[in-house]
Amino acid sequence: MSSELRDLYQEVVIDHSKKPRNFRKPEGANRSAEGINPLCGDQITLYLKLSGDVIEDIGFQGAGCAISKASASLMTAALKNKTKAEAEALFERVHSMISEGPKSKVDAQEMGKLAVLSGVWEFPSRVKCATLAWHTLRSALDGAGAPVSTE
Amino acid sequence: MMAEALRESGRVAALDVERIRKDFPVLEQEVRGKPLVYLDSAATSQKPRAVIDAVARYYLEDNANVHRGVHLLSERATQAYEGARERVQRFIHAAEAHEIVFVRGTTEAINLVAQTYGRRRVGPGDEILITVMEHHSNIVPWQMLCEEKGAVLRVAPMDDEGQLLLDELERLIGPRTKLVALGHVSNALGTIHPVRRIVEMAHRRKVPVLLDGAQAVPHLAVDVQALGCDFYAFSGHKLFGPTGIGVLYGRSELLEEMPPWQGGGDMISSVTFEKTTWNKLPYKFEAGTPDIAGAIGLGAAIDYVSALGFPAIAAHEHDLLAYGTEALRQIPGLRLVGTAKEKASVFSFLFGEVHPHDIGTILDREGVAIRTGHHCAQPLMRRLGVAATARASLAFYNRREDVDALVAGLHKVREVFG
Repeated sequence: MSSELRDLYQEVVIDHSKKPRNFRKPEGANRSAEGINPLCGDQITLYLKLSGDVIEDIGFQGAGCAISKASASLMTAALKNKTKAEAEALFERVHSMISEGPKSKVDAQEMGKLAVLSGVWEFPSRVKCATLAWHTLRSALDGAGAPVSTE
Repeated sequence: MMAEALRESGRVAALDVERIRKDFPVLEQEVRGKPLVYLDSAATSQKPRAVIDAVARYYLEDNANVHRGVHLLSERATQAYEGARERVQRFIHAAEAHEIVFVRGTTEAINLVAQTYGRRRVGPGDEILITVMEHHSNIVPWQMLCEEKGAVLRVAPMDDEGQLLLDELERLIGPRTKLVALGHVSNALGTIHPVRRIVEMAHRRKVPVLLDGAQAVPHLAVDVQALGCDFYAFSGHKLFGPTGIGVLYGRSELLEEMPPWQGGGDMISSVTFEKTTWNKLPYKFEAGTPDIAGAIGLGAAIDYVSALGFPAIAAHEHDLLAYGTEALRQIPGLRLVGTAKEKASVFSFLFGEVHPHDIGTILDREGVAIRTGHHCAQPLMRRLGVAATARASLAFYNRREDVDALVAGLHKVREVFG
C-alpha cells in the first residue's frame, strides 16, 4: 500500500468508520443539523444536547464513506463536555489541518486522535468528506435549520 | 446488441486494440506511478489524435466565422462545419442534414426540446413520461416545464435487474401524455432499453418520443429512422469527440413547428425593430457563432468510430463485458448493480460495506480511474436503495488487462478495509 493511502486509511480511521462512536440520537437532544455532500451522496444528521454553553451530549446518524464517518465519529468523541467556544476553536484547527496540510499552522501532533485526519489533505477530492461533519457542527451550533452542503 | 454481437463476431475482424490505443495519446501515461487504466468512459471518453488534430488544423489553417464571410477562410470553415453536420446525419441515419441541430451537449438538446416543443405543446394536467433510470439531464428540464405549466411528470418503473417494466410503461402512456422521454442506454447501469418497442407503443397513442442517446452512440449503431424516434440527443465528448458540442436530431415536421429557443445572429432571416423572421432549419436553433471547432472535431470522431465499425466495436465490448462480469462475480462480497440481459460495457457495483468513494480513492492510487457516486441519477439510487455505486465503464480502447487491473485494485481495497 502506498504511504499516502496508509496516511489516509489509518487503523483508527478504519476502526471509527466500521464502529462509529456516538452513532445515535442522544436522549434530550435540543439542536440538530443535516449535512450533505452531493458529490458522493454522504448524508449526516448531527444532534447536540446543549446545556447552557456546554455540549453535554452529541451524536450522529447517516450514511457516508469511511472518511466522513470516521471524521464524524472522532468529532463527537472529542466534543463531549466542551463549550461552544471550544468547539468553534476546534473546528477552525481541524479545518485548517485537513485543508492546508503542512502549510497549516496547526501541529497535528497536538490534535490527539484527530491527528489521524491530517493525511486527508493529500487527497483533495476527499477533503469535503472529512469536513462534512464539522460544517454540520457549525450549523447545529448556529441553530440555523437549513441543511448544510459541502458544495 | 449482445446476441447480434455474438452472431457477428464470427465474421467481423477483431479490433487491433493495441494499435487503437496508440491513437489515444492520453492513454500512454502513468498516473501515481502506475500505468493509467481508464475505466470512466461513460463520464467522458478519451480522444483519438485524429480528433485533436482536426480541431488544431481548423484553428491553424481555416479559422473564420461560418455562414457570413465572402472570403475563402469563411468558405472553408463553413464547408467544414456543414460537412460535420452531414457526417452526423449519416452516422445516425437521419433523413435530412437540416434535422441535425448542433448544441452544447445532450443536456442542452433536452432543454431545447422542453423549452420549445414542450412549452408549446404541454398544458395544465398534461403528462410527460420518463423512466426511473434517467440521468438528471432527462429529469430536471421536464420537472421545470411541468412546474411552469401545471403538468405532471410520470415515471416508468424497472425490475431489480435494471430493466424497464414495459407493461407498466405502456400503461402510463395515457390520453394526457404529451411526450415520452427516456435514455437509450442507462448511464448508471448500462441497460440497453428496447427503445424501438417503446417508440411503437408511444406512437400507437400518437405520443412523440425523445431518446437520450448520450450513452448509446459510443457503443451501438443508431438509426433514428429505424427506431422511429422523434428526437434523439447526444454529446460529442462521450463519442470520442470534444467537449462543448452535441447534437439534437428532430424530425423535420416537429422542428418546423417549434419556435426558436435563443435569439441572436444566424438564427434570423431578416430583422427589423418591428419584426424578425426566423431562418430555416437547422439555423433557427443555432443562435450565435456555434462551436465550429467542436463540430469539426465531432465529425472527425465519427469518421474514426465509423472506420472501426460498430460490429467490431460491439464484439470487442461484448467480450469485455462477459470477461469483466465473470471476473467481478468471483470477488467475494462484490455485488453487481444492473444485470440486464441487454447491457453496454458498464459495471456498476457495491463491495461489501466499503463506500464507493473509498473504493474510488484506493483504485485511483493503483492507476485505475472509475466513477463513484450517484451518477447524476439520484432517483435511481433511491430506487436501488443505495446512496452510491462504483462504476467502471469501458470503451473499445479497453482490454482484458484493464479488467484485471480493476480486479487487482479491488483486492487492495479489501486489504485496506480488511
